[in-house]
Amino acid sequence: MSEKKHRILPGFGLSLGYTLVYLSALVLLPLAGLILRTLHVSPADFWHLATTPRALASYRVTFGASLVAAVADSILGTLLAWILTRYHFPGRRLLDALIDFPFALPTAVAGLTLADIFAPNGWLGHFLVPWGIQGAYSILGVVLALTFVGLPFVVRTLQPVLESLDRDVEEAAAVLGAGRWSTFWRVIAPLLLPPLLTGFALSFARAIGEYGSVVFISGNKPMKTEITPYLIVMRLDENDGFDGALVLAVVLLVFSFVLLGVVNHLERWAGRFQD
Amino acid sequence: MAGTIRRKITPGDVRSQRGTEESVWVRWLLIGAGGVVASVFLILPLVNVFWQAFSKGGAAYLSAISHPDTWAAIKLTLLVAVVTVPLNSVFGVAAAWCIAKFEFPGKALLTTLIDLPFSVSPVVAGLMFVVLFGLQGYWGRWLQDHNLRVIFSATGITLATVFITFPFVARELIPVMKANGSDQEQAALTLGASGWQTFWRVTLPNIKWGLLYGVILCNARAMGEFGAVSVVSGHITGRTDTLPLRVDKLYNEYNGAAAFAVASLLALLALVTLGLKTALEWRTAALQDRAQAVGSDADKSEADNHPSNAT
Repeated sequence: MSEKKHRILPGFGLSLGYTLVYLSALVLLPLAGLILRTLHVSPADFWHLATTPRALASYRVTFGASLVAAVADSILGTLLAWILTRYHFPGRRLLDALIDFPFALPTAVAGLTLADIFAPNGWLGHFLVPWGIQGAYSILGVVLALTFVGLPFVVRTLQPVLESLDRDVEEAAAVLGAGRWSTFWRVIAPLLLPPLLTGFALSFARAIGEYGSVVFISGNKPMKTEITPYLIVMRLDENDGFDGALVLAVVLLVFSFVLLGVVNHLERWAGRFQD
Repeated sequence: MAGTIRRKITPGDVRSQRGTEESVWVRWLLIGAGGVVASVFLILPLVNVFWQAFSKGGAAYLSAISHPDTWAAIKLTLLVAVVTVPLNSVFGVAAAWCIAKFEFPGKALLTTLIDLPFSVSPVVAGLMFVVLFGLQGYWGRWLQDHNLRVIFSATGITLATVFITFPFVARELIPVMKANGSDQEQAALTLGASGWQTFWRVTLPNIKWGLLYGVILCNARAMGEFGAVSVVSGHITGRTDTLPLRVDKLYNEYNGAAAFAVASLLALLALVTLGLKTALEWRTAALQDRAQAVGSDADKSEADNHPSNAT
């Protein structure tokens, strides 16, 4: 593990140099450009543009729907991870492979097909809409699309932890007289909490920035179902909306970075007993 | 516990005897609930794409696919992927090499920065390139004066796609290279191989499956990206529409069946991606099992090429 040992290998300067140049040109420069250009906007204008009624409504939709979707993902994802790791049933391997479908499917296609399924004459909308459940062109539609794109995060963070859980602890609980239900809540659930929080935060973060799947299903009604990324696109299309687009983008960016910090912190916290 | 011995014990019962498994009812209830979730969120959306694509018959499907504007979109999508994937793959190998094989100050920061594009909204990513190259941005005027185009062209679309798919290969390769260590490379160097020989003959064969895994994921995202590309493309039909943008345009023209026909190509891409990805994962799992069964470390280095699932 000594640091010197690795230095014998060649190519450190070349690979690090290339990495830094490529990273700077394609990620850091565009990022810096966006932030520097936004500094041209005066603080008063920034505040004004960041807090227009339409912007505030879009934050409510984006953050509210993302939060609900991340909670839904946590529940549904735990269920899927549990049955995939604990039970044997026909089609298990197929289901396991399909979990990543939302990662693999282009978001535009996801939005298109989900909107169609939940539309009044769609496969599910046909049954749900008469009951007053509007899955398409509504805030529920936004939640459905965001739940779809975030679902794999929770399953894939929980699965390895569930697989590596030591069955002895559960056995001990059972031998000591605990029922299955209390074993789950008192023994298994506390162990699942850190990865569940990570999965929750990852799907939440993904939902905040999501665009493709939502625009097809939400109907994009200003003040009602319009998400912040969509409002950015709308501002860009306006004649003098450029500053407005920049301000909203920086608001989203700051929030995403804070969330990234939270995720990193959670992962360190969850892994504090390892190694 | 002794009471259970009265029953005829089948293999499935052995565990429930130990009190570490739920009753059969609970088990099947949970499996059923999981099946409903999977049907609504995974299976129905997939089947629906193909169902709607063929809703007006095979002839309508073929004419939607073979429309010149769709062909132009297919070509542009392939072009963007052909440029993006190799660029990010070379970067991924270089980044993984320095991060996995060496210790240097700022390594943690570098790793975080490489992952950064994953936490940027695609729309914001697209906007970054509009700020740099658009008319209201830094270099837009200069580009216009010199008759160059970045925004509203394949160049801008490619740049945005490179940004969005930036971390895919690197983050697959870093854990693989770390797990492999550098003993084999050092052995090769000691035996007189040059740096490049060592890389091509020792390192690359060791990381090839992890690399392939990253390439597959990178390619799927590059071909399917919508938000970032939408901001920089300008939506010029037949010129700057990629496949996902073509889907969007057909849908907004109330041409649902054609939109689904084009979408079915992308859904097919997703299925191929999933299939390859799963095959790679199964291969890795089989190798790991074999390595464990043999009880030796002989296969370990290859089995450690496990692709991680986190994205």
